[in-house]
Amino acid sequence: MPELKETDAIAEEALPSKSVLGRSVFRQLIRHPSLVPLGAVLLAVLIGSVIMLCAGISPFVAYPAMVRGALAVENLDYTISVFTLICGMALAFALPLRMGEYNLGGNGQLVFGGITAAAIGLYAPLPAWLVIPIALLAGAVAGGLLAAVAGPLSSKLGIPIIITTLLLSTPAVALTSYLVRFQIGEAGSGQAQTARLPEAARLPGIGDLGYTNIGLILIIVLLVAFWLFDSRSALGYELRVLGSNARFGAYGGIGVSRLATGSLAVAGAVAGLVGAMIVAAPPYRFIDGALISPGYTFAGVAAALLAAGRPALLPLTAAVFTILQVGGSGMEREADVPRQLSDVLQAVVVTVLALRTVVEARRARMRRDV
Amino acid sequence: MDLFNWAFVAAVLLATAPVLYAALGGALCAQAGVFNIALEGQMLWGAFAAVAGSYYTGSAWLGVLIAVLSTALFAVVLAVGSARWKADPIVIAIGTNLFALGVTGFLIRVLFDVNGSFAPQGLAGLGTLTFLADVPILGEVFGRNSALVPLALLTAVAVAWWLGRTPAGLRLRGVGEHPEAVAALGLSVERYRIAAIIAAGALCGLAGAQLSLGNVSLFTENMTAGRGWIAVAAVMIAVNRPLRVAVACLGFGAAEAFGFRLQGIGAPQQLADAAPYVITLIVLVMARGRTAMFPARVAAEKTPADKDPAEKASAEKVDTQR
Repeated sequence: MPELKETDAIAEEALPSKSVLGRSVFRQLIRHPSLVPLGAVLLAVLIGSVIMLCAGISPFVAYPAMVRGALAVENLDYTISVFTLICGMALAFALPLRMGEYNLGGNGQLVFGGITAAAIGLYAPLPAWLVIPIALLAGAVAGGLLAAVAGPLSSKLGIPIIITTLLLSTPAVALTSYLVRFQIGEAGSGQAQTARLPEAARLPGIGDLGYTNIGLILIIVLLVAFWLFDSRSALGYELRVLGSNARFGAYGGIGVSRLATGSLAVAGAVAGLVGAMIVAAPPYRFIDGALISPGYTFAGVAAALLAAGRPALLPLTAAVFTILQVGGSGMEREADVPRQLSDVLQAVVVTVLALRTVVEARRARMRRDV
Repeated sequence: MDLFNWAFVAAVLLATAPVLYAALGGALCAQAGVFNIALEGQMLWGAFAAVAGSYYTGSAWLGVLIAVLSTALFAVVLAVGSARWKADPIVIAIGTNLFALGVTGFLIRVLFDVNGSFAPQGLAGLGTLTFLADVPILGEVFGRNSALVPLALLTAVAVAWWLGRTPAGLRLRGVGEHPEAVAALGLSVERYRIAAIIAAGALCGLAGAQLSLGNVSLFTENMTAGRGWIAVAAVMIAVNRPLRVAVACLGFGAAEAFGFRLQGIGAPQQLADAAPYVITLIVLVMARGRTAMFPARVAAEKTPADKDPAEKASAEKVDTQR
């Protein structure tokens, strides 16, 4: 965790050091935690170029195509809508990450939220103004319940959260797939999908944008709430203490089990909400596979890891992975580069980020040798 | 319809083999005190490398060799990163799992110009053990599968023997149980861990090869579909013991084979998809209900692995009463 690293750096600077003041300021600057993600992304871009060159693709064609695909004015509407979803999934991974736990079950939580919202939107006899709030809330509850199961399994039985969330995800996806194929699917449609949601269940767009809707505002509110919770609340502090030293936290009287279940429930609820938002946006249906296949979940995982779960960095890292994700399709259209390259780049960012410890390992070895 | 017969046993073993190879790798790592969740991605890479190797060389066994070697190489990132550079093995594993998923999808498009699934005409798959066909029961059970299926069971026995009966195996277990003691003997904890993770990579290569050249003769994107995670769960259910790992994996194999059978008689495919995961979870919960232990925290708790669960539970009760 970067927190530890900062203290490391401080401890090191406190030692009598040979370095002159200017150099030490420079060293502190280049070790600033927000520069770590930047370095990881730059290195990933370089490694991506090497992979492209090996495959006979020019990075000078591919990368501009990627940026254009994501940031060209006519694509911005769609890009922002994807950014909203990736931000949400990043939040769903980041919250448990603050206490050192990994929620890899985002896909299951996402589809649970999606199918619940679709069912409410299609069948619930509610007054029109209530449909959207109830559908979003129900989606969040469904995702939250699925994720919360992993909490007691971890604290009572010691089954790691990373395993349970992931193992719960596949049956959850299978269940929604079954439901949409055989139970609440659109009759007479060859596709495994629900009918189109009625007007009342569709999220209103912002201005006259087609894809970007009030979900964006919702996610921004959630991000701000997460930031306040993380930096200003006692619970948020306890979560971070557990993240840097779980045994110390437990010894200090922090309710580990309560926090694990709580943070997972909220994380799952955010993922469920994202699922509900996808269903309530064009094409206003729950389509089997369509919530998972764009890879919002793992783009969110990568974004949260890159930000080390820090709320203030999340939007920035989510933006990076949004450009990769949306730009990937643009790159495929324009430069004929397989869209899977975006996944490769995401993975390289995460791996490079994890392996940054090589720098510290080398430094430690040099100190030992001196 | 006859649900249980020797052909069903063969189907169970077929479903078991890939997961068993990966789980044995996971067990080796867990014994060395490494929580390896990179099995899924390594298995997927192994499956791709086997198909690509078989396609280019025209020989399935060369494909297997390429899968084993390249997956071992793939595991070096995790091995050196976590054991030498002290990076977080979980984050590296998340990264390499994603990488395997992305890069295999990327490569089948760049190399073979297909999207999603690569099944070339005449791809050499692993042959079945036809010479066993006339042997009464063995023929039914092993005759229709590749040699890698019985080899998986033998590997489990071999790993159990190696861990339990050889000095090197003892040291590996020592690395997991009490790294300081092993270091005090003048052995390198780092090297044992690196070796265990790379060996697990090679086993995942076999797992992937059996999956893509034994169970079928093709590669599809994400064809492992979570089997590597089932393997991780199997290691936990079995508390890292190779023979128990084999039993746990057979349970998974039975669930998968049974799911296929149910699908054959008209049950929805989703039930077959979910069954192995649900059953694995239930077994994991039941197994943990008896012994609440966790490999990655074993080193911290220093609980002897052999301690009788009931005895431990009663000891804890005494503790709370006091």
